[in-house]
Amino acid sequence: MADKESKKKTVVYTEEQEKNIKKATFLSLVPGLGQLYNKQVFKAIVFFAILIIFIIEMVVFGAGALEGLVTLGTVPREDHSLFMLIEGSMQILILLVFILIYAINIYDARRVAKMRALESKSVNYTMKSILLNAYNNGFAYMLTVPAYFVMLFAILFPVLVTIFISFTNYDFYHIPPANLVDWVGFETFASIFSLSTYRDTFFDVFSWTVIWTVSATTLQLVIGILTAVVLNQPFIKGKRIFGVILLLPWAVPAFITIMSFSNMFNDSVGAINSQVIPFINNLPFVDIPSIAWKTNPFWTKIAIIAIQGWLGFPYIYVLVSGILQSIPADWYEASVIDGATSVQKFRYITLPQIFAVAAPIFVTQYTGNFNNFSMIYLFNEGGPGSVGSGAGSTDILISWIYKLTTGQSPQFNIASAVTLIISAVVITISMLIFSRTRAFEMED
Amino acid sequence: MAQFKPKKIRTQKTSRRLNKVFTYAYLISLSIIIIYPLLITATSAFRAGNILAFDLKLTGPWTLNNFRRLFQETLYPQWYMNTLKVAITTMVIQVTAITLAGFAYSRYRFIGRKQSLKFFLIVQMVPTTAALTAFYVMALLIGGLDQHWFLIFVYIGGGIPMNTWLMKGYFDTVPLELDESARLDGAGHFRTFWQIILPLVRPMIAVQALWAFMSPFGEYLLARFLLRSPENYTVANGLQTFINNQRDQRVALFAAGAILIAVPIATLFFFLQKNFVSGLTAGGTKG
Repeated sequence: MADKESKKKTVVYTEEQEKNIKKATFLSLVPGLGQLYNKQVFKAIVFFAILIIFIIEMVVFGAGALEGLVTLGTVPREDHSLFMLIEGSMQILILLVFILIYAINIYDARRVAKMRALESKSVNYTMKSILLNAYNNGFAYMLTVPAYFVMLFAILFPVLVTIFISFTNYDFYHIPPANLVDWVGFETFASIFSLSTYRDTFFDVFSWTVIWTVSATTLQLVIGILTAVVLNQPFIKGKRIFGVILLLPWAVPAFITIMSFSNMFNDSVGAINSQVIPFINNLPFVDIPSIAWKTNPFWTKIAIIAIQGWLGFPYIYVLVSGILQSIPADWYEASVIDGATSVQKFRYITLPQIFAVAAPIFVTQYTGNFNNFSMIYLFNEGGPGSVGSGAGSTDILISWIYKLTTGQSPQFNIASAVTLIISAVVITISMLIFSRTRAFEMED
Repeated sequence: MAQFKPKKIRTQKTSRRLNKVFTYAYLISLSIIIIYPLLITATSAFRAGNILAFDLKLTGPWTLNNFRRLFQETLYPQWYMNTLKVAITTMVIQVTAITLAGFAYSRYRFIGRKQSLKFFLIVQMVPTTAALTAFYVMALLIGGLDQHWFLIFVYIGGGIPMNTWLMKGYFDTVPLELDESARLDGAGHFRTFWQIILPLVRPMIAVQALWAFMSPFGEYLLARFLLRSPENYTVANGLQTFINNQRDQRVALFAAGAILIAVPIATLFFFLQKNFVSGLTAGGTKG
């Protein structure tokens, strides 16, 4: 609303008005003074009070916290590097919030001064009218504040701390307060790629993570789309029954099914080897031996990809069913007149329409599996065997991070660095795809 | 035209019949693949005797003993209460926050709106579960380790970006004219929100609430990491101790515990699943 007004008319101020506006802006370098100059006493008091609170906070806590963040402690057993790092990060966030308020203060002083120059009467001078104005024009901000507050501490803060830790040597040799933690710059990142043990593990885990993400997600997409298309045929009887059955994997909490499957795939007594394979062997010309589902890495991989297909397809199936309903029937009629086969109809009408609507959601399916800790960890704890540096042969990056953080010899810095690499990869790829779909276009 | 020659019709008929056969074969085998493992877990809960591993056995004897043991010999009731506590608190706070924010993003044009919406989309891709070290250190500092309130806080924070986005998408489907006429009739910001718009988005609020409520039942990683003592576990962590303890596998007890979680959640789910999907697609594609 405010944007529109300022765009509409370019105002020419007299020289004296210009001077006043500049003066108000300049004075507001000390929060409150500019507002005082504009005769908004209440606002001035509020901004000045914030300044005072900030100064007190800096003296009591902030300065020490920032210094601690730089040194991370000098006396072992007395200085707790970790707490210093946390307090320092907290202070940085406080600083950012203050800078934001400071900028608002200057912007506000300048804006009000401009308003006064044009029509002095429209400016709110009393406390009551200022509060009322804040309520009327700032309602949206008030509504979003709770969400921002939680995100600041539950998302931004951990991300900041993760970034910091990846630049330190915080590992099992440096556990405060017995030892100090120090800044080591890019050494942690370098060691992931230069130390042969970490490098080999990282690339092993990373390449399996990619294979896992692509094959498991694609499998669930293919089954989901196929099922939706198959069930969408008009002649099918018992649609409702099938519909309910196909939803079951989605409705039962995933950890329950994963743990159950984990047990069923038990090499010696599990249902797959003791019931399913013998049953399949009843077919003519089929003779499958027992399979080492949990001790042979290859078969473990096959098993978890299949289970993820089982778990993930119902969501896609429901989504695609919804989209199929919305495709106009006359498109198909027209294509039949043109002599299209059913494969052509699927290829040129159905599939593009599905992707047009659901592409962003498909992307989130890929990123979800990239970080699908439960599936990997609850099936076989990332095992069997080891590919070095604490990672098992089916560990993906996120479950490797978990092991690096919780294992016998925790490597917090490596874990943080890997977290950042994961985030960078996921964000870059998703942004690329999102920017090519409609997800980023916003009305206004 | 070629299709109308008698010979062609016959091949079309057979291909249609073939299609039917394949379709039903596909649907039936898929159904079996889905039901088989679930049936194993469900029936194992009622089987008498010591079960070593899951397999399907439909001949009794049946018993309720596993449920009795679950309540008498394990911490399961405690875990269930913990999870309920975490789930309900998470639900109330998160739904309040995202409803307010979603309304603001849908109805008001303010400075930083577009930027922060994009920020939401990006932030939602950062795996908050991956910032384990940070959460650990943070919990250590403020005394949140092994505490439910800290877990709740992390759940709420992680759920806000994506769900605000979806909420905003749903608010967008309510016509703006409603707000405008409410304003003309003299309703203020708050009254417009509370009395006019809120009742219309109640379905989405219900879905979001159920979603927020269900997620702590299924979340494993953070709960495992932040809750240290067995009496503080949520059901996911607790049940895992039954099945991943090599020396003392209590498969039947696991199955009984799983049923007590899966049945109420699946029931709720089936009543509300239509809303899930419409909410997701509405929020996801409107942008």
